[in-house]
Amino acid sequence: MSRRLPEQEYEKTFSYKFKQWLSGEKDPYLGEVEMQPQEEGPDAVVIQKQRRKNRHRAQRKALDLGYNAEVRIFQKIYKVFSVIFCICLMIVLLTGVSGLPTFGKMENPVNNEVSSRYIESGLQETGAVNIVTGMILDYRAFDTLGESHVLFIATCTVLILLRVDKKKGIRELEENDRVFEPENDVILQTVAKVVVPPIAIFGIYVILCGHLGPGGGFSGGAIIGAGLILYLNAFGFEETEKFFRASTYKKMSFGALACYALAKSYSFFTGANHIHSIIPLGTPGAILSSGLILILNICVGIVVAGTMYTFYVMFRKGGY
Amino acid sequence: MAFVQNFPFFCIILTLFGGPLSSILSGKAAKYVNGGIISAVGAMNVAVLAFVLRTGESYTYMMGHFPAPWGNEIRIGVLEAVMAVVFCIIMLLSMLGGIREREQHIEDSKQNLYYIMVNLLLSSLIALIYTNDLFTAYVFVEINTISACGLIMIRQNGRTIVAGTRYMIMSLLGSGMLLLGISFLYGLTGQLLMSNIKESVEGIVAAGTYYRPLLVAIGLMSVGLAIKSALFPFHAWLPDAYGYSTVSSAAILSSLVSKGYIFLLVKIFYRVIGFDIIRNSRIIHVLFVFGILGMIMGSVDAIRQNSIRRMIAYSSVAQIGYIYMGFGLGTTVGVVASLYHVISHAATKSLLFVAGSGLTEVSDGSTRFLDLTGAGYRHKLAGIAFTVGSLAMVGIPIFSGFISKLLFAQAAVGHHYKTLPTLIALAISTILNTVYFMKTVIRLYTPEKAAVIREKNFCTIHAWQEPVKSAALICFIIVNVILGLRSETIILMIERGLQMFG
Repeated sequence: MSRRLPEQEYEKTFSYKFKQWLSGEKDPYLGEVEMQPQEEGPDAVVIQKQRRKNRHRAQRKALDLGYNAEVRIFQKIYKVFSVIFCICLMIVLLTGVSGLPTFGKMENPVNNEVSSRYIESGLQETGAVNIVTGMILDYRAFDTLGESHVLFIATCTVLILLRVDKKKGIRELEENDRVFEPENDVILQTVAKVVVPPIAIFGIYVILCGHLGPGGGFSGGAIIGAGLILYLNAFGFEETEKFFRASTYKKMSFGALACYALAKSYSFFTGANHIHSIIPLGTPGAILSSGLILILNICVGIVVAGTMYTFYVMFRKGGY
Repeated sequence: MAFVQNFPFFCIILTLFGGPLSSILSGKAAKYVNGGIISAVGAMNVAVLAFVLRTGESYTYMMGHFPAPWGNEIRIGVLEAVMAVVFCIIMLLSMLGGIREREQHIEDSKQNLYYIMVNLLLSSLIALIYTNDLFTAYVFVEINTISACGLIMIRQNGRTIVAGTRYMIMSLLGSGMLLLGISFLYGLTGQLLMSNIKESVEGIVAAGTYYRPLLVAIGLMSVGLAIKSALFPFHAWLPDAYGYSTVSSAAILSSLVSKGYIFLLVKIFYRVIGFDIIRNSRIIHVLFVFGILGMIMGSVDAIRQNSIRRMIAYSSVAQIGYIYMGFGLGTTVGVVASLYHVISHAATKSLLFVAGSGLTEVSDGSTRFLDLTGAGYRHKLAGIAFTVGSLAMVGIPIFSGFISKLLFAQAAVGHHYKTLPTLIALAISTILNTVYFMKTVIRLYTPEKAAVIREKNFCTIHAWQEPVKSAALICFIIVNVILGLRSETIILMIERGLQMFG
């Protein structure tokens, strides 16, 4: 059966709307709003200005709650629901926490054979006086290997997000940067000259003595990174780029992470296959002791220092 | 110890090493290194799978000189090896399928950064699969999250930045909940090794003193991982993240990243808590309800899209819903069906993304349905591949989707009160799937007027002009058909793997 409907009538039918949906050309205003052909307007520049103005006004009005009942209602419901949700979550978490074993009791399940072996025979087995270092860099070195890669990949993601590629862009950004800061601040430079070398030395000390006392790669690296940032602020990018560029960072972190991975692969492989490891543990308390921990601390320290400095540079200028 | 047994450890170290290595290489060299690493890891995992199948039992591998509760440990069984092999194959094909798009979408100086992300993502996936320690799992979840974020944002337009930010916020919420759950469990049991936690948890349930915090811990971990794998009410980040990133990223994110978290959840169910305790807790009903809601709402949302990429993205929401529904059934058959669906969805979704990118390429880069009219004639292989993917998603026999739907239905029939809702949801979701996928296929094969083609600057691409992408598409089709026709082997391996879990 074939019969022709007039065009206007056809547009009202379900099949026409279905066809439109099928071809993805559904117009939400069709049938809702009366369409009229536009009148010839004044010349182009005026129209453009008017349009821009209208657009801004429309955006303002759309966000203005006085004009937009839908958004207003939604926001109210949203607020109510988020408060209810947060209260529920808090109740759940607090009941959970209140049911946990009382903190600090002797008979808690946390005080079991795992922690007692760390404390009792950590020194003999890892050679590290600092038990925490022995734990993170020898007993559970695999986790720390992952953790140092977390830092590395975080830097790479910041590079993806913030690095400005074109040379010109960097120069402009640098000029803008300088607008808000004095170029040669004598007080800052003098203080930095005095303070930066001790900071660096202290950082190196914290890294190297990580297995002997409080400290280690993560904290020492953070100290060195802070020193580098202070130096950068005092003397500007020209000075720091003489010795620390993006390529330096990449090579350093590659070297450190590869060294970590290789050193630990050796110990994982020998450990798993029950081969005797040739790495000596040394005398506990001496600087050259506790097997691989010193090397691993240095690697972690390099990665952390580079990461901190790179974060700062990326957020400030977007390239170096 | 046989030399093959070292391979999982080699895989993790090799991929971890590949990340920093790519940072000092040029983009092109990094690309080849990355391809080599993925292939090598895949080959090693095949060897491991063969070894585990031959010996018939799982083994643990000490990471260092200290035995398990003190040092780290990984555990290798059939299911882990199968997952690792599948992930490597899908990742290699997704990377091959998106080579040209990557060169267009990513700035030259950032090319090598992409491969850092991919290498570390693969390493985190493999570590998540093999690890036997909850805290190691958390460390690699962190790597996974950050690298996925990088994969989204590396194609820099405003949309991906917004999508990346959303992904970061939601995903970190999920990570936080997972970490809280792990801390609760540690406080209750004093252990981080999966098998030791399981022993303690059994004691706790028998004694009954700490049952409530245990329930909170299970809930936190399940919800955290559900947020990270985009279960229905937490899927708001998904369509933008998959819809606007470069095609390899979209394929990898949808088929691997979310599946890694789901596999971790299975491990937590079986190896950390014990499946009987999970079944008796009521959390499983929550997963079931939201899985079913996701199956239907995801499909409804997919119907309403007018861009092919976003439609495929919303279809993921529905498919994740299927997987959680399978967990929600609370039977081993249901979990087997879910795990099979993890594999089949991974193979199909990445195929759809790669084929979809081929179709938009011949439509002047537009993803809108209106411009895709007749695209199946302009890029024949992509058209065929998209059709195959659609048929698999809908659940036509000889393709992978049919088997997973069959398994879900079989699992539902055995259940004493969830049969009816599952079957009804399956039927509704299948019909909705058919509506939006077949609509797209019909549009792809509706001829477009020559005048319009000329006007809109559409081109024609033959399969031999893009040999790499064509090869990837053909391999995807073959994988799909193999999954559909030789499913017994894979199901058998999944069942054996689950037995080894318990």
